[in-house]
Amino acid sequence: MTTDTDSLRKRARSSRLGRRLLAERYSSYWLTLAGYLAIALFGGITLLLFYRSLPILSEYPLSSMLTSTNWDPARNNFGFLPAIVGTVYVTALSMVMGVPIALGAAIYIAEYAEGRTKTLVAALIDVLAAIPSVIFGLVALIVVVPFIGSYVAPVFNESTAGVGIFTVSLVMAIVVTPFMTSLSVESLESLPDELRETSLGVGATKFETIRSVLLRAAGPGIFSAILLGFGRVFGATIVPALLIGGQTQIPTSVFSTGQTLPTLIVNDFGELMSLPLTQSALIFVGLMLVVVVWLFNFGAMLVQRRLKRRWQYQ
Amino acid sequence: MTEIPLTTDQLSVTYTGDREIEAVKGVSIDFPANTLTTIIGPSGCGKSTLLKSLNRLHDIQENVEIDGDVLLSGDSVYNTNVPAPEIRRQIGYVPQTPTALPVSIYENVAYGLRIHGDYESKADLDEKVETYLRKVNLWDEVADRLDAPGAELSTGQIQRLCVARSLAVEPDVLLCDEVTSALDPVSAESVEKTLRKLKSEYTIILVTHSMAQARRLADEVVFLYLGEVIESNDVQSFFEDPQEERTKTFIGGTTPVDRDDTPAEQTATPPAPDGSKGSTAGDDKQ
Amino acid sequence: MNRYTTQRLFGIAVRAAALLVVGVLLLVIGVTVVRGGGVLLADPSIVLTPPGSRYMLEGTGGFLHAVLGSLFIVGPATIVSMVAAVSTAVYLQSDYSSKRFSDAVNMFLNVLWGTPPIVYGVFVLTIIIATGAQTSLFFGIVAIAIFQYPIMTRYTDEALRAAPETVRESTYGLGATRFESMRMTVRAAAPGVIAGLVMGFARGIGDAATVLFTTGRSTRMPGGLFEAATTLPVLIFDQAMSFNPEVRSHAYAAAFVLTIAVLGLILLSKLLAGRYARYTPGGNR
Repeated sequence: MTTDTDSLRKRARSSRLGRRLLAERYSSYWLTLAGYLAIALFGGITLLLFYRSLPILSEYPLSSMLTSTNWDPARNNFGFLPAIVGTVYVTALSMVMGVPIALGAAIYIAEYAEGRTKTLVAALIDVLAAIPSVIFGLVALIVVVPFIGSYVAPVFNESTAGVGIFTVSLVMAIVVTPFMTSLSVESLESLPDELRETSLGVGATKFETIRSVLLRAAGPGIFSAILLGFGRVFGATIVPALLIGGQTQIPTSVFSTGQTLPTLIVNDFGELMSLPLTQSALIFVGLMLVVVVWLFNFGAMLVQRRLKRRWQYQ
Repeated sequence: MTEIPLTTDQLSVTYTGDREIEAVKGVSIDFPANTLTTIIGPSGCGKSTLLKSLNRLHDIQENVEIDGDVLLSGDSVYNTNVPAPEIRRQIGYVPQTPTALPVSIYENVAYGLRIHGDYESKADLDEKVETYLRKVNLWDEVADRLDAPGAELSTGQIQRLCVARSLAVEPDVLLCDEVTSALDPVSAESVEKTLRKLKSEYTIILVTHSMAQARRLADEVVFLYLGEVIESNDVQSFFEDPQEERTKTFIGGTTPVDRDDTPAEQTATPPAPDGSKGSTAGDDKQ
Repeated sequence: MNRYTTQRLFGIAVRAAALLVVGVLLLVIGVTVVRGGGVLLADPSIVLTPPGSRYMLEGTGGFLHAVLGSLFIVGPATIVSMVAAVSTAVYLQSDYSSKRFSDAVNMFLNVLWGTPPIVYGVFVLTIIIATGAQTSLFFGIVAIAIFQYPIMTRYTDEALRAAPETVRESTYGLGATRFESMRMTVRAAAPGVIAGLVMGFARGIGDAATVLFTTGRSTRMPGGLFEAATTLPVLIFDQAMSFNPEVRSHAYAAAFVLTIAVLGLILLSKLLAGRYARYTPGGNR
């Protein structure tokens, strides 16, 4: 009797095991497929954009497009230099304004703030990091634009309506600062307290501890925070499209209007659909954005590996 | 003659990561039925590695090579068509760190029964959960809150829950990896009490680095040092009349004990950030 | 300068930096709430009213089309990329793939995460052109899903990696298959996984650049999967550049709705994460 139920149970169990192993097998097919998705997506994007950029690349030499200042797709003039210069200006200015503030705020949250203040400030910054950039652009239209036009530009003897490269840089700095802050806080907070104690224990001040020990130990993490911030400014589309003024010339000052690579796409989007060469040129802009992000990520990885080795503490 | 459910045959385990480490070197041991065998030895001597190789837990890790074989009631564990999950059901494993699965107390015990389909009805499942919680002396403490998260129990309770969970799938052999080392003395005591109660019905293999614990619990003792079996004997002869010089020094407490990490931990993925792995000092050895 | 003076000045500087960031946040939220809230208070029905025929010119009617467009685009996109992201992240764990492979994939994911959203927009648009299709709700879903995928995957992967190794050992020790064990690991990592997924949702609902070229910026109610549509961020972008003050004021109302949605999602992720944290090992610390 008992052996009977035993063998029954054994049989039930083994057929169940078969089903479970089948589920295991099929799930692993699916998961393997998913595992390669990122690579496929990356390859697909790069290849398709490259393929569709070929018409413009075969029509005009790359060097002349990158150095020509004349952008006039309707007349088949494809000079990317103004947009490139605009992008470089915006990215550089934003990072110059944003990085010190982000670092300061991160250090404050990780090393100075305590208790409820800390929780509150950290939560507010996380919220700020999540607000869509189009909302920053919208608010900037009625706050930053008049402010720059009426107060900041006159100080530098510039006359402007308020839109332009400087405005975009300022707003983009505001957009990415909380983002960089919250990532930097994470890497500062992951440092062991022993590091702080060791440094303070040899008589260093808090400032010296932060500067010579903590910022280095958290260096790789902070570095990637800044890099992600850089990527967001570099590829920013909506804020520049709203605030840069859209003039395709080499900017004469930081207050002048201009163009970035992404705004080029937005502004000429209508033609993108109709004229094959313009279409190809704008897709090429997309390709340039990808390639630059790609190169920066690889460069960053190398730098990061070095930083990690040089500033490792364990 | 005692039945021998589990035997190792020239079992070797080699980590083939950055540097090659042979953590277990050609070990052949018999583990008798309904007996508690402890594997003792200093930290880093390959105890945990040996234990995990008994039910193919190393299969889930990268860079581990196994030579030799393990025999479960005479059947090979490694050279077989029996799938690893079925082998692991027969040879249960309780990890060192008390781990409640992220479900309720009830579901923790029911987990194995559910995946193997080892119950006929909800009432049957209820009954089995109760049976095994009683077996580990936990029922009275949790009967009124079976739906509470397992993680809300104390560590000692969680470790007993783990034992109940493992017993519920009716394994032939139960492997316990330093199951008291992460516990405070009082909780450790409660787990030891459970093991003492269970050892007459189950074949239990317990890894420990505490000789006091081995003395209190074991029927058989295996002394492992740097991946090799130095001596194995019943508990009385082992402690009263050790044959090997190294056993004598180890019992005498002069062996350099407690290197920090076992090789297993070095090659595994980095430990959880809470650092719980590093401090297993809550042990009762002095 | 005395080192203690430096120390004090530094303390002041970091406080000022934090204050500045918080101040800017309050300003942005303040303006959105006051302007947008004002418009909404005066006429709350614009959120639920379909746009009039000359909506973008005169601001007749409301922006229900964009609210629905956002829901119909970001909702399905989130589900699609959630499934893909969790699957990928699971595959990247040591049970399934070698460290070399997962490092390589993570590198690609980082690159994808850093890729400007407009690139995804252009990519999907290129597909649209190549296939001779029309911009529509469907391609909006595709673009947003691609945009969310690396974000969600990275968060999920980190959460799974942080899950205790012993959950894995316990389940395998009970005779679970790899897939069964993984399901338990995902549960153990649930707080982090959910936070990551909601973060992806929030990013998706706020992004305009990906859908700018792919949905058709319609000013009518969404009519079907292959009909043109629009989303709130795109609508705000279009309205912000309008010359009609009525239309511009609607932009603030839409911004208000969008901000509330994003903040609500963040709140939701914290609540959900807290709920699941009870069950995770060490969650009751």
